[in-house]
Amino acid sequence: MANLLEFRNVTKTYTRGFFSEAGTTALADFSMVLKEEDPTILTVAGESGSGKTTLAMLLLGFIDPTQGQILYKGEDIRNLRGDARMTFRREVQAVFQDPFAVFNPFYTVDHLLTVPIEKFKLAKSKAEARSKMDEALSAVGLRPEDILGRFPHQLSGGQRQRINVARALLLKPKVLVADEPVSMVDASLRANILESLRGLHRDHGVSIVYITHDLTTAYHVANSIVVLYKGGVMEAGDIDSVIQKPEHPYTQLLIDSIPWPDLDRRWGTDGLSVKESELSDKGGNGCRFAPRCPYAKDECLTASPPLHRVKETQVASCILHQQHPVLPSANLTDVLPV
Amino acid sequence: MTPILQIRDLQVSYYTDLGRATALNKVNLDLNSGEKLGLVGESGSGKSTMALAMMRMIKPPGRIEGGSVTVGGVDLMQLSDEEMRMSRLSRIAYIPQGAMNSLNPVMRIGAQMIDAVRAHVPDMSKEEMTERCMQSLESVDLKRNVFSMYAHELSGGMKQRVCIAIGILLKPQVIIADEPTSALDVVTQRQVMETIDRVQKEIGTAVILIGHDMGLMAQFVDKVAVMYAGRLTEVSTVRDMFTNPMHPYAQALIKSLPNLSNKGVFQGIPGLAPSLLRIPSGCAFHPRCEKAMDICKTDVPAVERYDGDRLVACHLYAERA
Repeated sequence: MANLLEFRNVTKTYTRGFFSEAGTTALADFSMVLKEEDPTILTVAGESGSGKTTLAMLLLGFIDPTQGQILYKGEDIRNLRGDARMTFRREVQAVFQDPFAVFNPFYTVDHLLTVPIEKFKLAKSKAEARSKMDEALSAVGLRPEDILGRFPHQLSGGQRQRINVARALLLKPKVLVADEPVSMVDASLRANILESLRGLHRDHGVSIVYITHDLTTAYHVANSIVVLYKGGVMEAGDIDSVIQKPEHPYTQLLIDSIPWPDLDRRWGTDGLSVKESELSDKGGNGCRFAPRCPYAKDECLTASPPLHRVKETQVASCILHQQHPVLPSANLTDVLPV
Repeated sequence: MTPILQIRDLQVSYYTDLGRATALNKVNLDLNSGEKLGLVGESGSGKSTMALAMMRMIKPPGRIEGGSVTVGGVDLMQLSDEEMRMSRLSRIAYIPQGAMNSLNPVMRIGAQMIDAVRAHVPDMSKEEMTERCMQSLESVDLKRNVFSMYAHELSGGMKQRVCIAIGILLKPQVIIADEPTSALDVVTQRQVMETIDRVQKEIGTAVILIGHDMGLMAQFVDKVAVMYAGRLTEVSTVRDMFTNPMHPYAQALIKSLPNLSNKGVFQGIPGLAPSLLRIPSGCAFHPRCEKAMDICKTDVPAVERYDGDRLVACHLYAERA
């Protein structure tokens, strides 16, 4: 089986200056595989500062890993040159968080769609380019005649975000990185954008890496989930198991903090206390979550727990589950269903 | 009991090159002391305009065209500019959207708080002011040493709580919080909301929470007011709103909520929110409404009272009024 995209023990450390040896580890020893023949939707979840966006930047090749390798079709993305690099750039696309910041206000929105067509020589004539644009816009539920020729300020946030999805679709990518695509859009429009993303996956076989802190939307779109905290994998597995029966205290905290639109499910009913993350919390050698964990024991502060396979399709990095077999972190993909 | 906040026929327009946009159209609202009201609606429905109008902070090309906002028996619209300046923060406080980015990066947190106190109570002694600021910080669960810190030393959630601490310095009767958690992740959001909740109970003030996250409303407020195109379409208790919404727009909002029991079902609201420059005739929601009737295209539905305490503006219930 061909691996489309592979993270091999990737670590990214941000250092401060030349002399300070202490850096911030934004992603630690992360391994994952996306298979070419089984496109999936993978959610990467966690709060701010958990390394979600670093993961996206690494995947897109904007920053290089400190250790480890990221392979695209078996080739290290740092070594891609010429045509291979262009192919990578076309086949790995992104939708970013802020639908207001990605448009240049001086150009009509057509610009965002025509530039990639020219750049990657997708069309031979103007007419063909136009029909491709029409097709992409229709696929995300926009009427091309309403959109083309308009300026960004004339469109709503939801429309702009869908144009971004359309742009990604135009290039027929293999992988789409969606970094918080709906967090700045009205609740009533979220459904449309998520449906566009799911359509891409279902009808065009695109693998989607959906990065978010919102576990409700993740639950609705994704097949599998990886929960990060301070750069480490806390819990991973298929989305139904993780959301409905979280095994790691951090995931429990995340799920308990979702403001459910349900009057009978109020915050704090299960009594898990919320503790602030302190900026001074150093990773140290122990479990990253230990300083905030209500169940923390002494041994949590000294050794970082490995991933324990609590179920066929669920792992948790927590000593509460040490009776379960250990899964080497390089094999994380084994528990992620497609 | 007289409501602490009474809004009557409040009307705000923005005069743009393309014509007059009516952002608030004859809005009426009552709020009792100690009550928490959620104000929801899509972007551009007039939520933030309403908050700014209550603070008399509408800037040109916007203008407050009429109406009154009464807080504790005082009509804010009748006050002089100087009296209004003194009323802000002491009678009615406003925590704007993205408030945490409004902290001055080159002033210590404490200096900014003392500024606010000194502007209202100039003859208070320095020690007393410091003590009051420290207490305010403690009541939002921050340590006293935050007083001498700079904004960049704090996390997003802590900065947001500093803004809440500033908001409650003078124990106002009404606090308006405009999307106080929109840029925060779920865990921090919960901490901030729980802080507001506790502070609100301590000083017994009325809170208006503006936002579009119905989940947050369910967790926090007592009453929900739904806005659409500058008008209130429904005001109900949170339980009525979630179990039996009456206005079709409120029904669509409730239906579009994701939850764990209907995996994979997405139900958005078809169509787009209207531009305030071209508000549809009659009921502004009729082009998107499944139950629209002929009368909806011509007549603006009046706000009527149902079942004791619910306010709904919809022709569907005309005979029940």
